[in-house]
Amino acid sequence: MSNKETTSRTLMVALAVSLVSSIFVAGAAVSLKPIQIENRQLDKQRSILAIAGLGEQGMSGSDVKRVFGEKISAKVVDLETGEYVDKFDPATFDPLKAARDPKLSEALPGSEDIALIKRRERYTTVYTVEQDGKLESLILPIRGYGLWSTLHGFIAVKADLNTVVGLGFYQHAETPGLGGEVDNPKWKAIWPGKQLFDDTGKPVIHIVKGGVDPASASAVHQVDALAGATLTSNGVDRLLQFWLGEQGFGPYLAKLRSQGV
Amino acid sequence: MAQPTVKEVLFNPVFNNNPIGLQILGICSALAVTSNLKTALVMSIALTLVTAFSNLFISMIRKQIPSSIRMIVQMVIIASLVIVVDQILRAYAFGLAKQLSVFVGLIITNCIVMGRAEAFAMQNPPMLSFMDGIGNGLGYSVMLIVLGVIRELLGAGKLMGFEVLSLAKDGGWYVPNGLLLLPPSAFFLIGLIIWGLRTWKKSQVEAPTFTIAPQVANQEAH
Repeated sequence: MSNKETTSRTLMVALAVSLVSSIFVAGAAVSLKPIQIENRQLDKQRSILAIAGLGEQGMSGSDVKRVFGEKISAKVVDLETGEYVDKFDPATFDPLKAARDPKLSEALPGSEDIALIKRRERYTTVYTVEQDGKLESLILPIRGYGLWSTLHGFIAVKADLNTVVGLGFYQHAETPGLGGEVDNPKWKAIWPGKQLFDDTGKPVIHIVKGGVDPASASAVHQVDALAGATLTSNGVDRLLQFWLGEQGFGPYLAKLRSQGV
Repeated sequence: MAQPTVKEVLFNPVFNNNPIGLQILGICSALAVTSNLKTALVMSIALTLVTAFSNLFISMIRKQIPSSIRMIVQMVIIASLVIVVDQILRAYAFGLAKQLSVFVGLIITNCIVMGRAEAFAMQNPPMLSFMDGIGNGLGYSVMLIVLGVIRELLGAGKLMGFEVLSLAKDGGWYVPNGLLLLPPSAFFLIGLIIWGLRTWKKSQVEAPTFTIAPQVANQEAH
């Protein structure tokens, strides 16, 4: 113990401590990974069910899985043509990973990137609720930048592809109490029944400040903004414009409409 | 210096030397995670475990650590433990981990953990250090649980998510005080608790660092 202050000794201790710690951390991370992935998936499924109006408060994990499996089917869509593709398995295809892959995505020029997502994937996963082979509702993934973070969520529409069933975000890091109120059940409850498009199929849903006048003709296309969270509200507004527009699900929705579902 | 007894290191930090109440450490997380009791409890358990085990490991190798890098070695050990705790929470309590978000990770910078490692574990044998970690974790936990109970009960009328006071908006009688759900309310509560603690245990009152000079003239300074 006499000369523990020498340089070589210091390096040795540093190395040994780092090595042991890293083995420890890596071991924990690797061994717990499968459970964590399952949790994340379950969380996503839970939020899809809630947004589609099929979920209940405090559903157990196995219930979520069962209802999800029974009611909801996932499909991979080519955003450019609007066609379903079957070269990917919808259960494992990860649109967010695809958005980072140059082969499966494209960079958006600044003027078109209103949702501030930088790259848009070419293929994405949509979820449908069907009854006897007929579409009941369609759940589309949406994402875009708010104030601090990218909001990841879903919007569910009825078979008319216009009336909102629900909207929600499963992952974001907006200011709790302000922008974080996108999770507020009261705010989310405003969304069902709103209409996304005008007669020409242009997305006209907007988040407005200062309250929606229920008497006005456009009230059905308007949602009250979040108090004290202008930038988050604007972000949600813009990400809806993006994903419902030509760059997003426009071609896919047009295709569905022409097929008369 | 005689070694402290296990009982002392375990229970002194609860009231006599509370890390939040007397040493005023770890305030940040105490504000952030106490808006409901459940997150406060999980945070308490996480911090107690990290403090205990970091004390244990640091004490085990305390004679090997060269003093020039001792802080970094302590940090590496603490950080590793926190990451492991965070990973476990994400695997087995996903919902809670989501609510605690960044605060589990911030245990790394919690002064209580680092303070105990440096002040206690570097001088004392492993088992005693472990107990000291548990003790300080308990002190922190007591404070968090008190805050969590008051804030959730009066702010939302619930405890652990179950309704205790029937809320006026659902036809009951209690109008919740929304201020208690916001972080500043924890500041007020911690202040009141410290006041109470120091009225009870006079020895915790600190001598003022500066005494205010008496006013010598009847007029304002020019």
